[in-house]
Amino acid sequence: MQLLNKRPESLIDVPMHYCPGCGHGIVHRVIAEVMDELDIRKRTIGIAPVGCAVFADVYFNCDMIQGPHGRGPAEATGIKRAKPDTIVFSYQGDGDLASIGMAEIVHAAIRSENITVIFINNAIYGMTGGQQAPTTMPGQKTTTNPAGRDPKLAGYPIRVCEMLATLDGPAYIERVSVHNVANVLKAKRAIKKAFKTQNDGLGFSLVEVVSPCPTGWNLTPLKACEYVDKVMIPYYPLGVYKDITQSKSDISDSKKVLDKESVEK
Amino acid sequence: MSEKKLMKGNEALAEGAVRAGCRFFAGYPITPQNEVPEYMSWRMPQAGGAFVQAESEVSAINMIYGAAATGVRCMTSSSSPGISLKQEGLSYCAGADLPLLIANVVRGGPGLGNIAGAQGDYWQSTRGGGHGDYRIFVMAPNGVNEMANFPQKCYEVAYKYRLPAMILADGIIGQMMEPVEFLYPEIDPKTLKEPAWALGVNDGREKRRVNSYDLREGFLEKMVLARAKRYREIEENEVLYEEKMLDDAEIAIVAYGTSARVSIAGMKLARENGLKVGLFRPITLWPFPKARILELSKRVKKFLVVEMSMGQMVEDVQLSLNGRAEVHLHASPGASTMTAAELYKTLENIMKKGAKEYAAAK
Repeated sequence: MQLLNKRPESLIDVPMHYCPGCGHGIVHRVIAEVMDELDIRKRTIGIAPVGCAVFADVYFNCDMIQGPHGRGPAEATGIKRAKPDTIVFSYQGDGDLASIGMAEIVHAAIRSENITVIFINNAIYGMTGGQQAPTTMPGQKTTTNPAGRDPKLAGYPIRVCEMLATLDGPAYIERVSVHNVANVLKAKRAIKKAFKTQNDGLGFSLVEVVSPCPTGWNLTPLKACEYVDKVMIPYYPLGVYKDITQSKSDISDSKKVLDKESVEK
Repeated sequence: MSEKKLMKGNEALAEGAVRAGCRFFAGYPITPQNEVPEYMSWRMPQAGGAFVQAESEVSAINMIYGAAATGVRCMTSSSSPGISLKQEGLSYCAGADLPLLIANVVRGGPGLGNIAGAQGDYWQSTRGGGHGDYRIFVMAPNGVNEMANFPQKCYEVAYKYRLPAMILADGIIGQMMEPVEFLYPEIDPKTLKEPAWALGVNDGREKRRVNSYDLREGFLEKMVLARAKRYREIEENEVLYEEKMLDDAEIAIVAYGTSARVSIAGMKLARENGLKVGLFRPITLWPFPKARILELSKRVKKFLVVEMSMGQMVEDVQLSLNGRAEVHLHASPGASTMTAAELYKTLENIMKKGAKEYAAAK
């Protein structure tokens, strides 16, 4: 018998706690495959968030740290600055990254920390039972928007890629999805490119993954994938939002330095 | 070890940390500790380390959480309101058994308070400060020379027992200038052994995890009990204090940091006026020198706690004495400082006029 495919070395063989139809498991596998293919497992440090992916520090077969809610990009900054020869990734959900951790993600991007962020957007708080996320769409029902999110009362959702792409700092930002095979393959290409961007020392990279949450959305796994396709992607368009990896200049070239001397001239 | 140099307290603290092997610093501006990040911003790269001005104190402590997990000696500093913001991260550091140095150059509180030196963060520092069941090692310098030399001891204890260590100074000590002598050889971090738990590049060893959680039944209890055992060892081995003129003392002043400096002047004034006064200065605030204080009560029957707060450490003195001696309090809250004359008046009230116990305040 010929072995056609196997578990990536970067993923540990333990049962995962994710719900049926959840996107986390797919994204974990994709990250692990990328770590294997780039041969970076032995120098990669991953950061697990607070939220559904809290146990990611168990699942990945590389050094892992789990810390406070939303602070992944700050932890990543400390790790990378203390050990610049490591590859550091922060794995975060939408509540973690875009609500409680908004300052940390924005400022890591501003500083162009040479780290990679994998951002799972499922428009809901999964672990705590389906409350409103910063990415919950207008009209979407959650346990804290029983009548649907009303922007007049609860504000509008945030589009993270679009926001971060306005900054000078980031090197590479792309939004992908994992609701079907074609998009999983695209997601893998994006995640691989993000890790390569870091490996090449080009600066901050982030891949947002629009991801199904059948439990939180009260849908079957199949219907949840349809929901991603028909509802989420129109609101969160897929694509590359920032990419300086092909340009020859690094980000420092684009900065005009205004010190006392140049002002006096 | 080195010649004497005139230094500002905050700069001596920063230089002391670098000499003790610190190679990562993250902080955020707040008065009266701004000289620490300013000094580190050039000194850290010069020493081959890294400096980050974080977007907040919350972020700074989490940068430290990450850096400490790699085994690199690291430090953050702040002042009272900023230290409050760092408590979440500090709790995670304690829960993940990470060694690190945090300095609190205390100012008046609560709230925004003011920017003068104070001692109102004693409870926060010695009781853990953040959520959960933990301790941190706390040292209280009484001047610039101790600011310079305490970082080394803090790292030593922090790495030996795997817990955060704090230097609890105040705005006066942070801002004043005094001669400094570095009492220990400069540490080259490259000569330090990498801890067995440190995250980083590896040649195929088992993966390592740094975290503060365990949801399996009974496991968190085991984690906390293992930590409690180390805390007991610290209480047995790492208590530091200083005693002055206690041999014939009829009353012992108990004071730390700036209060201890003023207390020396108060003690001398009282001695000149015939009162037999001694000074007991806790240097480690946790572990608190409770056994020594209890021992002193065999000879000394009156204690006067002098604090720049409304009375916080006084509770530890009472707990240490467990009713075996009188405990009085001279409190200077709201970032005020007591004078030698005021202390003498309090001492006179106690020794000559039989002032009531715990009768406090100026």
